[in-house]
Amino acid sequence: MSDHHHKETFVTKYIFSQDHKMISKQFLVTGMFMGIIGVLMSMLFRIQLAWPEKSFTIIEAFLGPHQTDGIMNPDMYLALVTIHGTIMVFFVLTAGLSGTFSNLLIPLQIGARDMASGFLNMISYWLFFISSIVMVISLFVEAGPASAGWTIYPPLSALPQAIPGSGAGMTLWLVSMAIFIASSLIGSLNYIVTVFNLRTKGMKMTRLPLTIWAFFITAIIGVVSFPVLLSAALLLIFDRSFGTSFYLSDIFISGEVLHYQGGSPVLFEHLFWFLGHPEVYIVLLPALGITSEIISTNSRKPIFGYRAMIGSIMAIAFLSTIVWGHHMFISGMNPFLGSVFTFTTLLIAIPSAVKAFNYVTTLWKGNLQLNPAMLFSIGLVSTFVTGGLTGLVLGDSALDINIHDTYFVVAHFHLVMGVSAIFGMYAGIYHWFPKMYGRMMNKTLGYWHFWITIICAYGVFWPMHFIGLAGLPRRYYSNTNFPMFDDLADINVVITIFALVGGIAQIIFIANFFISMYRGEKATQNPWRSNTLEWTTPVEHIHGNWPGKLPEVHRWAYDYSKRVDPNDDDSDYLHGKDFVLQTTPLLEGEEPS
Amino acid sequence: MLALFYIFIGVAIGVSFWQITRIMNFRSSIADDKDNAAQGKYAIGFMAFFYAMMIYCLIFMNVIMLPESASFEGEHDDNLFNITFWLIGIVQFIMQFLIFYFTFKYRGSKDRKAKFYADSHKLEFIWTITPAIVLVGLIGYGLWQWNNVMDLSDEENAVVIEVYARQFDWQARYAGEDNTLGLGNVNFIKGLNSIGVDMNDKNSQDDKQVRELYLPKGRKIHFKFRSQDVLHSAYMPHFRAQMNCVPGMVTEFGFTPKYTTEEMRQQPEVIEKTNGINKVRREKGEDPYVFDYLLLCNKICGASHYNMQMKITVVEEDEYQKWLAEQPTLAEYITTK
Repeated sequence: MSDHHHKETFVTKYIFSQDHKMISKQFLVTGMFMGIIGVLMSMLFRIQLAWPEKSFTIIEAFLGPHQTDGIMNPDMYLALVTIHGTIMVFFVLTAGLSGTFSNLLIPLQIGARDMASGFLNMISYWLFFISSIVMVISLFVEAGPASAGWTIYPPLSALPQAIPGSGAGMTLWLVSMAIFIASSLIGSLNYIVTVFNLRTKGMKMTRLPLTIWAFFITAIIGVVSFPVLLSAALLLIFDRSFGTSFYLSDIFISGEVLHYQGGSPVLFEHLFWFLGHPEVYIVLLPALGITSEIISTNSRKPIFGYRAMIGSIMAIAFLSTIVWGHHMFISGMNPFLGSVFTFTTLLIAIPSAVKAFNYVTTLWKGNLQLNPAMLFSIGLVSTFVTGGLTGLVLGDSALDINIHDTYFVVAHFHLVMGVSAIFGMYAGIYHWFPKMYGRMMNKTLGYWHFWITIICAYGVFWPMHFIGLAGLPRRYYSNTNFPMFDDLADINVVITIFALVGGIAQIIFIANFFISMYRGEKATQNPWRSNTLEWTTPVEHIHGNWPGKLPEVHRWAYDYSKRVDPNDDDSDYLHGKDFVLQTTPLLEGEEPS
Repeated sequence: MLALFYIFIGVAIGVSFWQITRIMNFRSSIADDKDNAAQGKYAIGFMAFFYAMMIYCLIFMNVIMLPESASFEGEHDDNLFNITFWLIGIVQFIMQFLIFYFTFKYRGSKDRKAKFYADSHKLEFIWTITPAIVLVGLIGYGLWQWNNVMDLSDEENAVVIEVYARQFDWQARYAGEDNTLGLGNVNFIKGLNSIGVDMNDKNSQDDKQVRELYLPKGRKIHFKFRSQDVLHSAYMPHFRAQMNCVPGMVTEFGFTPKYTTEEMRQQPEVIEKTNGINKVRREKGEDPYVFDYLLLCNKICGASHYNMQMKITVVEEDEYQKWLAEQPTLAEYITTK
């Protein structure tokens, strides 16, 4: 394969590349660009929440026609939270995270020359790129971008009379998402096929690194659930543009009765959350996979309970497709369904707990190399636990009644999937940067980045639980109309300050990323002394990954600090060092771990 | 003040760039023992910050939280919440300690050898089974309470009230003498008939339409929700009650008020919270706040979503009857006026 690659031009190498390593970089940079937009938006609406009646030139500058004297308009506030959610969930944490690392690591860690279909892989990226462009364009529509919340519940999202953003802005949102889903599906199919078919000799499924397991299962969840969102979006387009009534019925708005009869918004909620909930795990599982790999490598220890980890990924994946109703306890659906969904939802706590305990046990008695990637992974475990635990409150239908759609929910999901997944993404970037760019990222800046980010993340989201318990609903432009929330004003200011500092601190990362790309220390072949196959490829990227033959695998990925006598901690390291590459054959008489 | 803020941001960005370029000149990328030692200590430092913040919030933010449930059904919600919260609180404190303490304790060094420890079926069994058992308890109590709250079949003595949502206000309709609501549909919306009641239905005649809720203490209230335009959610946090209002269908929820508004105002928790609020309001030069039950919209519904509320007043039965008698029936209100 590697010997008959045609000559690369600039265009085929850097733009319409079919090489998975280049495509992964394209995903990463596009995702980062979208991430900057998403984070900036959150900073703008945090300013509004902290100082609702103050005028800011920064808001005047950014929001143009959607502000009055430096104070944003209420519908623009809703547009900002909507697009912030959409961008962060789909564009950054789905495409940016899965797209980057699945593309980079699947071929490299299973020992393949490239993805099963390089061409489809390229299409997947360019569809993502187009959908990003459409989403960005939607920000500049005259009536404002989509503003019905990232969950775009009809009728609000279907009727421009209900909110201006449901006009052209919403149309573009739907078009963008439809293209996005196509991109995601093509990508996922490619990942699944690649993992099934292109593993190198000896790379049994039970020897795959947990990263690959996570990407693989994520891709399966994506293929199962994304099409449902596509159909939900299509039906919504029909309702909006062609007069059907899938989701609409009995509506009186702007002084007239509309013709819609017989539809139900609850149907949309079902369809949306059938993707919407698995989406949480599409976002989170790759981050957990990355963390498993990085914690093990940097603890110089095997990941604790490899098979249990795979089992829990599978259990989470399975359960994730039968819990969507917990977003709808009070939607008006039959209360019996609520009971079923409470049951399945709380079951997810078991595999999640197993994962958390296994991470902590992996740290125990390790030799922790506290690189920035490792710190972000540890941070992920911390935020995953904090955010996951409050899931026990929200998943219980009886308790959800009173905190549904309050800031308690906002705090919960930001910690458990937002911050955790972002931490996983950062960890992955710091760890595999040398593989992507052949240079290392600066560790001092990495440390600054980590500590400021985790302090700010908790500073934002921990107090937020309590304003939720005070009964403050989310998506309120301001709460000054409710004297009962006046005592929350100070807390909102504190949260905003943490948010602004945390947001601005990401400049450290961006600077580190781009400067290191050109000026960072040159990477060695295996800088983190890791076992997996990607570190057996040359630093300089070549098409086909390995010069000559593909590597052959003889052991699992986690033989760190393995001793000559596995039961004797004082005996010497196997092969004299604290890691054994997957390509190293078993010694005579050596027990496979 | 604002100018100062911008100057501060400007300076911060300037200093960051200067520092970043300075740091980038040190070509160091992989943690050595010195880094491990330093970062291990920072982990402990962070843990101290985190615990201080958690404990501070848990203690000092108690006062801002919602007071005790004002409905009988909500009592078990509070109970279940407290149990769950203690439980996850304990797990949180233990787990976070382990995470950051291990980061410090096992920070890497040349002299340390990691333990090769790949598996323990016993441990994994323990931490699969323990959460499972705890969850069985939580799920059991939760489901019992859920059925408790959602069961509206026993309504002999219930007060039937329709809560009607539209952009951007709330209205309500009492079922009147017959305790049965007349049919409603958006097609009937016209003039004074703002919530679309079918005036040809005989049950409609004695219905009473109002803009504020009065509820009798101690009687089950059976709410029926409608919306005429988009999704809304009727959120009554003090009663631990919430239900979406869905155009095209009628949703239901019920509870029994436990304290009158007056009684609630006398509760120590409420007094304390009110004092806190009034301190803030005095500083802003606003009128003092008096506690009232509220119904808020809690589902994004448009630009003025943040200002969609209705006052709820809970009174004793006789006062309620007096109030209700004063309200005109729909027959009087719509046909005569």
